[in-house]
Amino acid sequence: MESFLQIQNNERLARADIPHLPFFQFRNEMLAFAKDGAQVVQFFAYEEEGSMKMLAVMRTDKLYVAGCDAPEDDKFPALTAESEKFHMFEREIGEQYGLKAEGHPWLKMVRYHKNYTGKKDVFDNDYSQDIPGNYPYFTVDGETVHEVAVGPVHAGIIEPGHFRFQCCGERVFHLEIQLGYQHRGVEKLFESVPFKRLPIIAETIAGDTTIGHNLCQAQAIESLADLKVDEGASIVRTIALEMERIANHIGDLGALSLDVAFNPPAAYFGRIRGEYLNLSQILGGNRFGRGLVRPGGVTHIMGDEQRQLLSEKLAELTPEVEHVNDLIFSAPSVMARFDDTGTVPYENAEKIGLVGYAGRACGLSYDARVSFPTECYADLPANSNARTDGDVCSRATVRREEIMHSTAIINTLLEKKVDAASYIPPEVNLAPDSFVVSVNEAWRGEVSHCILTDGNGDILRYKVKDPSFHNWTGLALSLRDTGISDFPLCNKSFNLSYCGFDI
Amino acid sequence: MLKVIKNRIEQGHRTSKYPKEPIDLYKRFRGMPKVEQNCPPELVQRCADACPQECIDVDSRQIDLGRCVFCGLCETLSEGQFVKFSTNFEMGTANRDDLFTHGDLPALAEHSKKHFKKLFGRSLQLRQISAAGCNACEADTNVLNTPFFDLQRFGIQFVASPRHADGIHVTGPISENMRQATITTWESVPAPKVVIASGACAISGGPFHGSPEIVGDLNKLIPVDLYIPGCPPHPLTTLHALLNYFK
Ligand code: SF4
Ligand code: SF4
Repeated sequence: MESFLQIQNNERLARADIPHLPFFQFRNEMLAFAKDGAQVVQFFAYEEEGSMKMLAVMRTDKLYVAGCDAPEDDKFPALTAESEKFHMFEREIGEQYGLKAEGHPWLKMVRYHKNYTGKKDVFDNDYSQDIPGNYPYFTVDGETVHEVAVGPVHAGIIEPGHFRFQCCGERVFHLEIQLGYQHRGVEKLFESVPFKRLPIIAETIAGDTTIGHNLCQAQAIESLADLKVDEGASIVRTIALEMERIANHIGDLGALSLDVAFNPPAAYFGRIRGEYLNLSQILGGNRFGRGLVRPGGVTHIMGDEQRQLLSEKLAELTPEVEHVNDLIFSAPSVMARFDDTGTVPYENAEKIGLVGYAGRACGLSYDARVSFPTECYADLPANSNARTDGDVCSRATVRREEIMHSTAIINTLLEKKVDAASYIPPEVNLAPDSFVVSVNEAWRGEVSHCILTDGNGDILRYKVKDPSFHNWTGLALSLRDTGISDFPLCNKSFNLSYCGFDI
Repeated sequence: MLKVIKNRIEQGHRTSKYPKEPIDLYKRFRGMPKVEQNCPPELVQRCADACPQECIDVDSRQIDLGRCVFCGLCETLSEGQFVKFSTNFEMGTANRDDLFTHGDLPALAEHSKKHFKKLFGRSLQLRQISAAGCNACEADTNVLNTPFFDLQRFGIQFVASPRHADGIHVTGPISENMRQATITTWESVPAPKVVIASGACAISGGPFHGSPEIVGDLNKLIPVDLYIPGCPPHPLTTLHALLNYFK
């Protein structure tokens, strides 16, 4: 990594200061870095004045950035041939900008849309045809092998996606997950719509991660436009992010219990999750935190009244949550199903760069709140995880622990009694020819937004990465050699985002 | 077993009494807006210019609730002088045009197609289609099945197969990649059937309006019977709309 530049989270850089390397040096250094344990935060292509470029942000316990010109003939030897960490990123680069990663072991479309450049399609798709277009699914041959196809429209109230299982009897050899049905063209919208629409779109990239994504965008814009956020606003933002985490973890633990046919906790947690959403509504008027975080601060002040409502409700709910969790985790019939189901070993988790609780449940301790703290996190205690075996039980246990940790964080912050400044929509002028990358630990894991501006301070490239971009591969791996009837359980233990992935 | 009983006692009975008894949401909740007709025109113009969804019409002083995401900016900017949000969550309509409003919607129950009440008043089975919904709409529909709302006590149920359904409930701006699946699912529902557009996305494209990757308006694909505004609609908004339109 000699040539990569070390940067801070949310640090604004002049683009001229980003090391611009010859392609092969860029490639070799990234590979060497990945081999030494670094992970990819961002790796994408963009176009400027007719020429194609690439940019990458890698992380160890620090963040690093470098860029390069894309190779002249629109192809390059795939990094994925040497390291799995680049797998999805190279498919995305092919789909978005028509740059072909040659020798990529599974060069398939990601979301199924025309590329942005008018170049020949890397996958030879004809987009007048319906998704998934011109590409086979991975199949396993053999007389006893059969295929199970599920989706895009699923049997519940849930987003669409297609799952293709290769099975021998009940045993799954391989699961391929084909997404793209939720593609709304978010990155292109960010680059083209009036500035006032940005937070509305950021909040709806993935509804259950409203605060996570919107926070990344707000921080990136604050960095580019030199806006300061007061302490009271930071406190509200941190509380909102932790509230989002608690609500989602509780909902999923209830759903996990339902998936193993233990109904009472599902009913209780179903309702209790709603109570936490209602706390978000007390903060900002919306159950998902819509309209709360904006560049420059927060739109609603948390005053004594709200602080008191929040503390009282938390004091009432926390023991209930503990009791229901105890009910789930002490039921032998539940544990029998959670234990050793859907295991992703540490080595595989590291290879595909799992993030968030899914990564922590495999022993990858990365937590962006600790490594690259924003808002109030530098002053708050970190969490630790007791069980890291990579199975459903570990993912459930990590989430149980995180509920209590987040509750403690919120209680600490409620003690502070600092009101946010009242919100006046600020004048926003983005610095020209600049770069910023923003990383936050949303409830599913690392969310990252990256913005490049052009000479006029307009957005040249806006890159969004949801944790699900890494973790869907983890779900596919967890199904290997597992009974197909355990799919709902494995799926819920990850609970990944379709729209966050599909953007 | 003892723990199950202890938890059961602690949890008690939590189902809401709505609609028999009214329910109060916290004052910050943004429900039906009240649009002040006597507000100075400059202020109206300022709000209209700042509105991220471009859904304020300066001349008629109406808000298009089919596109509004209830972000609250117009209320903040006008300090309540032009728009003020109430906590009234009852906002469903049977006509798209009714969603262009000053804050007074026609009573939904009176605009329901009469034969729907007869057909589905006692039992309504819906197939939910998420067509690029951001999952907040989906999640706040799903909670209707939790004990607090307990949708099934009204004879309304979300079912797994379109073949078993009386209609579809669509969320999301209908991505191009979901266009065909949406139509196929609708076709699979036996007639007579209802179509519900839920959330700003399904009604107008919502936050994603103008993107070439979406259809943006369910009505362009299939005729819509019931509109439920919001981003996402509050569960009680959906509950109110279903009860008034079908019961
Ligand atoms: S609340 Fe609705 S009308 Fe008001 S600014 Fe937001 S989107 Fe526009
Ligand atoms: S209307 Fe709002 S909440 Fe519903 S799917 Fe669209 S963006 Fe999400």
